[in-house]
Order: sequence, then structure tokens, then C-alpha cells
Amino acid sequence: MLPSDVRSLRDGLGDRWHCLGRFLSGPSIRISLDDFMHGSSFGDHLPLLSGHSVLIATRDQLATALALIELDGVVRRLTLCPPDLPAAHLPSVIANGNIDAIVSDRDPAEYSSLGVRRIVRPSLKIAPAVDRQLDRYPTEWVLLTSGTTGLPKMVLHSLASLTAAIEASKSGQSSVMWGTFYDVRRYGGLQILFRAVLGSGSFVLSSGEEPLSQYLVRLGAQSATHILGTPSHWRRVLMSPSARAISPQYVRLSGEIADQAILDSLHAFYPDARISHAFASTEAGVAFEVDDGFEGFPASIVGRSGSDLELKIEDGSLRVRSPGTAKGYVGQEISALADEEGFVDTGDMVERRGDRYYFLGRRGGIINVGGLKVHPEEVEAVINRHPAVRMSSVRSRRNPITGSIVIADVVLKAEPDSGNTHMPTAELKEEILQVCRDALDQHKIPAVIRFVADLDVGVTGKLARHA
Amino acid sequence: MAIKSTITLEIQKIANEQNKKLAPLTDDLILLESGLDSLCFAILVARLEDTLGIDPFSASDDISYPVTLSDFIRFYENASK
Repeated sequence: MLPSDVRSLRDGLGDRWHCLGRFLSGPSIRISLDDFMHGSSFGDHLPLLSGHSVLIATRDQLATALALIELDGVVRRLTLCPPDLPAAHLPSVIANGNIDAIVSDRDPAEYSSLGVRRIVRPSLKIAPAVDRQLDRYPTEWVLLTSGTTGLPKMVLHSLASLTAAIEASKSGQSSVMWGTFYDVRRYGGLQILFRAVLGSGSFVLSSGEEPLSQYLVRLGAQSATHILGTPSHWRRVLMSPSARAISPQYVRLSGEIADQAILDSLHAFYPDARISHAFASTEAGVAFEVDDGFEGFPASIVGRSGSDLELKIEDGSLRVRSPGTAKGYVGQEISALADEEGFVDTGDMVERRGDRYYFLGRRGGIINVGGLKVHPEEVEAVINRHPAVRMSSVRSRRNPITGSIVIADVVLKAEPDSGNTHMPTAELKEEILQVCRDALDQHKIPAVIRFVADLDVGVTGKLARHA
Repeated sequence: MAIKSTITLEIQKIANEQNKKLAPLTDDLILLESGLDSLCFAILVARLEDTLGIDPFSASDDISYPVTLSDFIRFYENASK
């Protein structure tokens, strides 16, 4: 929870004494928080952004972090553009978010067709701040998540909702050195930035261009104590020759299902670290953290009332109500995000076995490939374009590297190799894969195609999709 | 030997499909420096599960993740015993 005297992220940095020795660092530069609280990455351009609805479209994560600290409380709305947002989606994001200013370290010409005139470039050279009183705004924060139709959903938060899970009592830890494989432009990475800024720690930021092994070496060189990522991130770490470069005290996994195998492997590899896994989503906020070393979560935390954070299971999926849940989607009724009681349906299906709940996967068969969503229907539609295909069923298979992977069962119009089709099985699979490669992002292309005689079609006439 | 050749052939096939430039497949090749990304490895493990019938990542109780190509091959050879 935010202390009552903290009205903006910058206030949260505390006073000069509190910032001494603390820093945010990227691959090539380290920004001392002591310097930063007396300076600006915008130089004298900061007033240009005051009161605007600003899109943060910076390429560099460190530049993003500095901009967020400076602009919270100064602008009306901050919309964070994730690094992989297709350029084709920018016009709708700008229109829906009423965006009238852009902060970017890219070529301003990239934005010339978007109708936003006010483009400000941040600098990693901290310039002395201009001493000008700017109006204060209760800044709205907007995070983008991948939507079902391909257009991103714009999830509305405030600094208070985004920081609801951060316990004030933890802010006393003085030597916490944070690191994360998450991107600070997404919910998971933002949580780490806030913990570093509002607590007393420093933060070693990753960079999209930097190989994993180099980031691990940087984390090790700064003696990073608290390191966070998805199970897929951590599996990659364990396959890296630099996995021994770090010796964390605290390892946390979230963003995908943490299975027993990855928890056990991390425990064996970093025996001195506390290994925990957490559930959080951009819409639902942080729901819980489990640190007993086992997959799933204790049934006792469901249905507990009287605290700020409440969980319930309805129709098999986990629902969350807390001060950390989002306010809604930009431009939509709140009912699109939460039920009438304020619970957000996470879409994550769970099953109770004994005194624990275990995650089964996403509702509607949505497949999570290393943190990227795949809708089976989209892939099936592409496979079905091949003239030899009668129908197909795309589903998830558990995978030790990316958590899940896409698998396709395909029913052909005629048996392969039967003489009725013109080509043998292997070539036909290759042709279907080529159709997929031409039309789909890499993570959506089936890793394995199997030819089957029939598919499970339910009473509704729809393909049976398991959670 | 059969497992080793199955693995190297599949690696070459996936690199080709995904347009990845593959490093020479020597025994001491660091997997993360092979030119294959996480998605490629995920596909590799999924296909090997189908062709070899084993997934040593989830089969073994004591998992130490493979770092080099020879670790990876041994990982599968041990699991098939």
C-alpha cells in the first residue's frame, strides 16, 4: 500500500538521504537516483507534457522507467506501449486512449502519420531540472494486453491499484537489488520498478537486445538479491552456462503455471534462495504468492473474507477482487472487466485435489506459449485452408521450455498414402506447416501435426475444448 | 547413436523451418548459443517426445538442465535406458 504522503511515483523515491547509493541500471549506463531526483531525463521539455495523455513508446527499458517516474503526477494519462506492439495497432491505441503526446527515443518520422504533433525525446543524460511548478494530476495508467481479436485491450489502473500488493513493511529492506526478465512496460515488470522505487532498493533492468547470459553476468556483478521471471524465463536461465553467475536470495515465478519440476530444479540449483510462485494478471492484479515449494495453491486462501483481497472459484475459474484489480478497460463499461460484485474472472481454470488447487490452463483452450497467447480457432482456420484438410483441432501440450506448445490434430478429406491423396504424409504435413508459416506468428505455428481419423465434437456441434 | 542422429537431424530441420542460422553442431556447443531460440527448443522437445517416445524434462525426478549439445543428447540417452 502507498504511504499516505506519497502522491506520485517521484514522491515515492523519498528524500535525498533515502536515495543515496541507489540506482537504476541498463546494459550500458547506470542512473544514480540521487542525481535523478534533482534532474530530468526530459531537460526543460517536461512542461510540454504536463496535463497530456501520453503514449510511452520508448525502445529502451531504462528510458521507460525514468519517464514513468517523472511523468506520474504530471500528466493526465500514461499509456505504456509494449515493445512488440505491431505498428498497425498504434492508430487505434492513440484514438481510444485520446493520446495527444508521445514520448519516444525512436525517429519522430515513425509517428508522422498518426496525427500526434507533440513528440518528446527523453535522454539518458540527466539534465538539471527546470525549477517550475507544474500542476499535479492523479495520473491514469493504461497497460496493453493482447486481445482476442488481435487488437490490444487497454487496461485502466491508477498508481494506487498498481501498487496495492506492495507491502509498506517491506520498504524497510535497504539492500534489495532487484532484477527481472520481465519488461517494465508490462504488469510484471512494472511491479518490480515500483518495488525498487517505493522501497529502498536498486534495480538492474534487462534489455531486449542483450543476450540472457550477459544479463545474468550483470545481475551477478551487482549481487542481485531478488530476481523474478516466468517459468519459461527460469528454464532458459537453467540452460545457460551463466546460471551460476547469480546467487539470488529470492526467486519468484509468475505469468505462467509454475509446475513442480521447475520449482524443484530451481530449489536444487539455488539451495539458499527462497523460491516462490505468484499469481498476477494485468486485469486482476496480484492475487497471491505461494512459498511452500509446491505447485498449485492452498485451498484455504479461497473464500476467505474480511481481508482486502478475496478469491473465489466459479465455473472452474479463479476470480479475484482486491484493491489491485484494474478499474476497467478504456472506453468500455466496467462490466466488461468485473462482475457486479467486483470480481475479475482471470480465465484461468483450476481443479481442487485434496487441500490444494491446481491450474489446468486457460478457458476456451487458449494456449500460453512462453507468455504469448494463442487462440486455437485462429490456427485451425489457417490449417483448414489447405485443400486436403477436412477439419482440425488445435490444442495445448505441456512443454518444459515454453510451458505449453501448439499441437494440431488434423482430419484429412482422404486417408494419407491411400492413393486418394496425391502425396505422402510427410510432404502433406510440410505443406500444411507452410500454409501456417505464411499466415501466422511463429509461436502460433503447430510444433507437431498429427493426422487423426476423427475429432471429438461435443453435443453443441463445436469442437470439445478442455480447459 | 540413433538418438544422437535423430536429435541433430531434428535440430537442423527446425533451424531450417524457423530461418535460424545454426552454429556447427559440436559436442561442446552451448545450446543457448546454437542459434535456436526458446521456441525452437520447445518444438524440438515436443517432436522428440513423439519420435523417441520420451520427455526427459518431465520424466526425471532430479533435473539438471542441459547446457551443451552433448548434455542434451546424454539427457535423452539416459532417459531411454
